[in-house]
Amino acid sequence: MDAILFLLFAAIAVVCAINLVLQSHPISSALSLVGVMGSLAVLYLLLGGEFIAMAQLIVYAGAIMVLFIFVIMLLNAGTELRSKRHLWGMYAGIPMLLALVGVVAYIVRDVLPASGAVVFGSFQHGNPEDIGKNLFVNYLLPFEVTSVLILVAIIGAIVLARKEVD
Amino acid sequence: MNFLVLSLIKAAVVAFVLMTTLAYLQWIERKVIAHIQLRVGPRRVGPHGLLQPLADVIKLLTKEDMLPSHVNKVFYFLAPFIAVFFALIAISVIPFGGEISIGPIKTAMQLTDLNIGVLFILGLSGMGVYGVALAGWASNNKYALLGGLRSSAQMISYELPMAMAIAAPLLMLNTLSFRQLVDAQGGYYFGIIPRWAVFQGPFPQIISFFLFVIAAFAETNRVPFDLPEAENELVAGFHTEYSSMKFAAFFMAEYANMVTVSCVATLLFLGGWQPLFPAEYGSKFIPTLIFLLGGAICLFHGFNPVRPLDRITLPVAGIVFIGIGAAFLIPIVATILLPLFWFSAKVGVILFLYIWIRGTLPRFRYDQLMNFAWTFMFPVAIANLFITGLLVALT
Repeated sequence: MDAILFLLFAAIAVVCAINLVLQSHPISSALSLVGVMGSLAVLYLLLGGEFIAMAQLIVYAGAIMVLFIFVIMLLNAGTELRSKRHLWGMYAGIPMLLALVGVVAYIVRDVLPASGAVVFGSFQHGNPEDIGKNLFVNYLLPFEVTSVLILVAIIGAIVLARKEVD
Repeated sequence: MNFLVLSLIKAAVVAFVLMTTLAYLQWIERKVIAHIQLRVGPRRVGPHGLLQPLADVIKLLTKEDMLPSHVNKVFYFLAPFIAVFFALIAISVIPFGGEISIGPIKTAMQLTDLNIGVLFILGLSGMGVYGVALAGWASNNKYALLGGLRSSAQMISYELPMAMAIAAPLLMLNTLSFRQLVDAQGGYYFGIIPRWAVFQGPFPQIISFFLFVIAAFAETNRVPFDLPEAENELVAGFHTEYSSMKFAAFFMAEYANMVTVSCVATLLFLGGWQPLFPAEYGSKFIPTLIFLLGGAICLFHGFNPVRPLDRITLPVAGIVFIGIGAAFLIPIVATILLPLFWFSAKVGVILFLYIWIRGTLPRFRYDQLMNFAWTFMFPVAIANLFITGLLVALT
C-alpha cells in the first residue's frame, strides 16, 4: 500500500515538475509547482515526517505559492513569448540531458556510500513533540542563529521595499 | 476489514450529516436574517419553508450552465472543485464526541484522529485560497479578478493572526490532536467552572478566542469581511461568472468552511463536548429540558394556530421534540447523544453568531480591513502568545 502510494505521488511530482517547465503561462507553471509541493508533502508523510509534511503544505503549498500567484495575477503576466530555439538546444539538448541523468545516477549508485533500504513506517520521530524537543534542546544554538538570520532578511526586505519619505 | 467497513459507515454518516447541515444552515440563515429585518423569510416550499433547501438544490442542478467567452477553461472548471474539495475534507479530522461502544464495536465519534490535526486544518485553509483566487482570475472579468485578488490578500493577512491565536491555547493544552485537546479541557475548577481553554489557567484564552473568531470571519469571507464578493462594488466578486452547480460549489464551500471553523473554535477554546457544568449538578438533563420546552411551545402554538397550516405542522414538530427530549433520558442512548448535544450546541452558537453579525454589521472598507489585521490583531495576537508562553513557562 505504502509503495503504491509512493509511486503514485512520486509520479505526480515528476509530471508536475515537467509540466512546470513546459507550460507557457505563468499561472499554469505556478500551479504545477503547487502540485509538486503537495505531492512532496505526501511523500514526507509516507516516510513518517508528519510535522515536516504539514509545514510543507502550510508554508510552501499554502503561503508562498499563494503569494506567487497573487503577484502573477497582480502584474497580469501573460503567456510568455518563445524565442526561436537555438541550434545547440534543438540537436544536443536531449542527448546532453540523458548524459546528465546518467552521470547523476552513476554517482548516486556507485560513488556515494550505500545507505540502507527505506522501510515505510520505520521512522517514528517525525511528530511535533520530537521535532520540538530536538529544535529547542539539541539544536538550540543553530535554531536561534537561523531565526536571527531570518530577522535580518525581513528587516532587509522592509528597508529595500520602503518608499523614500522626505 | 472491520476497520474499513466501520470507516466507510462513519464516512457515510458524517457526509450525510454535513450535507444536511450545510443545506439547512442556509435555510436557518435566511430565516434568522429575515426575522432580524422584520420579514418572514422562505415559507412557500413545505411547512415554514422547510423544503426550501431541496428546492434550491433542484433549481441549481437544472439551471443552464453558462460558459462565458474567453475564459481559461481548465482553471475555470478546476476552481470550484478546489474550493469545495478543501472545504469538505477538513471535516475528516473533527471529533464530535468521545469513544462510544455499540454492542461489541468500540469506536471514536471521529473519522480519523491525526496527531497533527490542528496543522492539517491550517494547511487545508491555506490551500482553499486557490479556489477563490483561480476563480477570479480564470473568469476573464475585471470584477471577478478584483474579488479574487482581494480575497487572496485578505486570506494571507488574516491567516497570521489566526495561526497566532491558535498557538496560544496549544501552548497550554500541549497537544495537536483534536481528541487530546478536548480531553485536556475536561474537569472543573472548584467543581463548577469548566476547564475550557477560555477559562483555563494560567492565562484564560478569552482574547485568543475573540481573535480566532474575528480571523475566522475574514478567512471564510463573511460579513463584515466579505470584500471578495462585495455586492455593491464587485457585482458578486470572484463567483460573478459562475452559474448552476459551479456556483453551488462555491456556496457549499463557504458554508462548509463556516462549519469547520466553528468546530475548530469549539474544540480549541470551548472544550468540545465537555458539558458546561458537572453532571452532578444535572447538566445531563439540560438537553431534555430544552427539547421538552421547545416541544411545549410548539404544541401551545399548534393548538392556538396563527395560520391554518400550523394546526398540523406545529404539533408534529412538538411531538418530535418531546421524543428527542425523552431519548436523552435513556441511559445507553444518552451516552452517545449527550456529547453530540454539547458539541453541536456550541457549534450552533458560533454559527448563529455568524448569521447574527451578517444581519447587523456593515462591511469594512478595504484599507480598514488591512489596517485592522496588521496594526491591531497581529500585535494583540503576539502579545497574547507572549504572555501565555511566559505564564505557562512559569507555572
